[in-house]
Amino acid sequence: MATVTEAPPLAPEQPKPPRKRGRWTPYWLLLPGILWLLIFFAMPMIYQASTSVQTGSLEEGYKVTWHFATYWDALSEYYPQFLRSVLYAGSATILCLLLGYPLAYLIAFRAGRWRNLIMILVIAPFFTSFLIRTLAWKTILADGGPVVGALNTLHVLDVTTWLGMTEGDRVLATPLAVVCGLTYNFLPFMVLPLYTSLERIDPRLHEAANDLYAKPTTVFRRVTFPLSMPGVVSGTLLTFIPAAGDYVNADLLGSTDTRMVGNVIQTQFLRILDYPTAAALSFILMAAILVMVTVYIRRSGTEDLV
Amino acid sequence: MTNDTSGDVRLSGIAKTYGSFTAVHPLDLTVPQGSFFALLGASGCGKTTTLRMIAGLEEPSAGTVHLGDQDVTALPPYKRPVNTVFQSYALFPHLDIFENVAFGLRRRGIKSVKKQVGDMLDLVQLGEQARKKPHQLSGGQQQRVAVARALINHPKVLLLDEPLGALDLKLRRQMQLELKRIQTEVGITFVHVTHDQEEAMTMADTVAVMNAGRVEQLGSPTDLYENPRTTFVANFLGTSNFIEAEVDSKSGDDVVLKAGGGKLLLPGARCSAPTTTGGKVLVGVRPEKISLVPAEEAGEIPEGRNRITGRIADSSFIGVSTQYVVDSPVCPDFEVYAQNIDRDTRLVPGAEVVLHWNPAHTFGLDASQDIDAGTEEEAVV
Repeated sequence: MATVTEAPPLAPEQPKPPRKRGRWTPYWLLLPGILWLLIFFAMPMIYQASTSVQTGSLEEGYKVTWHFATYWDALSEYYPQFLRSVLYAGSATILCLLLGYPLAYLIAFRAGRWRNLIMILVIAPFFTSFLIRTLAWKTILADGGPVVGALNTLHVLDVTTWLGMTEGDRVLATPLAVVCGLTYNFLPFMVLPLYTSLERIDPRLHEAANDLYAKPTTVFRRVTFPLSMPGVVSGTLLTFIPAAGDYVNADLLGSTDTRMVGNVIQTQFLRILDYPTAAALSFILMAAILVMVTVYIRRSGTEDLV
Repeated sequence: MTNDTSGDVRLSGIAKTYGSFTAVHPLDLTVPQGSFFALLGASGCGKTTTLRMIAGLEEPSAGTVHLGDQDVTALPPYKRPVNTVFQSYALFPHLDIFENVAFGLRRRGIKSVKKQVGDMLDLVQLGEQARKKPHQLSGGQQQRVAVARALINHPKVLLLDEPLGALDLKLRRQMQLELKRIQTEVGITFVHVTHDQEEAMTMADTVAVMNAGRVEQLGSPTDLYENPRTTFVANFLGTSNFIEAEVDSKSGDDVVLKAGGGKLLLPGARCSAPTTTGGKVLVGVRPEKISLVPAEEAGEIPEGRNRITGRIADSSFIGVSTQYVVDSPVCPDFEVYAQNIDRDTRLVPGAEVVLHWNPAHTFGLDASQDIDAGTEEEAVV
């Protein structure tokens, strides 16, 4: 066959807008959003940035003195809380992925007519306040409660104590409780993007792989999982980022030994009223997350999949 | 074709039901090694289900599938020595062309795939595109990747599920010849599913016409076209004219029939219905076998030809031929295709005409069938 069809050409040059009148329309449409961002994101950011380099006291007032040492001081004093935040949020993200992937897979490929019902069940916790749900976990994990009793009988607590995640017969006020709370609260943020990207996979690709000598586990490893990577990446980001800055779970389910950076910032802002340190901590957290996320996205190589 | 039977596909009593719906009625079919076999039928006739049962993607409700001497009925798809070219190609979007083609080899643990994949891509003329992703290729190129991805595994049987359905007409004709060339070159058994009768007839050695979960008729394209055994086959493959007639007598090998006051001859061997005197038979004839003359020249028609009279109701000029619709007492819309050699200006709508044809081109069918079976389906194509 001599005449081979060429690949579709790259996107043709954008045609010139036919009429001048419509030229400004996109900007008008963007205006409310831009205003919103300016007022509620950019201004507070600038304000906090300036706060972080101020010195002074509550009584005498604060002045911008470009005192960058606050950053260094905050980091050297609170690095254990930073590390703990990364550790807890990371563990919760991994747990969410391990729990959420099979669930999303089930909804996408196996649920049939139950699909919508299961989706509603996944989203249902959002109908109740985050705070109330976390408080409920306090009851669930209470000392001497059925969960602790069951875990004790099954000797699970011996293992977790050995791992340093629990202490004695307690689950509440331990790292395990905080990680469990984070996992529970952020699970839907993992399941929804995973479901969306799994659901987009053409089931015929599974058949094609099956037809090409791939057994079911290989089909998953070589086709399903790689194709669900956009969902894995966005799910882990949507879980990890808010979990790293969360303070409610550590506050309600943890103890002083499980304080995360979010708790420190909250205390600095609302109780100690040391605004510069609180602002500096916030910026360090933000920068750290940005760096981690950038590295992660680069490493996962999903740019051309998304 | 060789005497090797390892590439034979043998379906015995294979059936598929979904609840109370029967997609495929118990079916016996043998596809000989090295042949190009087409399953032809309208959508929903069970042809794709049959193909998927050979591939192992669908579990038969009854019956067995044999490849050569091996019973593969219970084998999952990844253990069957068959490969499929899917309707939508189903190329892996996250892998480049090279890896798509190498997929089957790698799964079977073959380490050095470079040479084989290169050769295969050359066979389908895509050597240059090896590092592109599927979405960067045109439909025709993707189709060839799908063929290469299946063929590289040297399957005993290659299954093609409407592989050309998504291509435009011109490319489709081109790919039909291409697939036929590849099949002749590699000598693998091809089972091709299609709803396009022209595609089935140009490509396949043997065609099985399926209707409502059953094989209506199986044979070579010429055999199916010239000797259809049901009205469905007669209408689905091309166009047929039918006249309801009564058996009058027998003269030698021919059956003499009465239709609308006239007599028609039908070779006894070409009648699939019983020909007892007084019984009804459907007389069929293809539109291109018929000659058309103005009524005043009726005397010039040689003796021994079947003839009927009528009036031209409609004519349409389509380049190589002119298609006439003739209103005749025995059949209200008799179709006649006349080659545009010498155009007779008297043959216009309203003209009284005589249609005549060689009795050898007449076929007889059981009159109890629906005369229009298979016509609507053809209109969809």
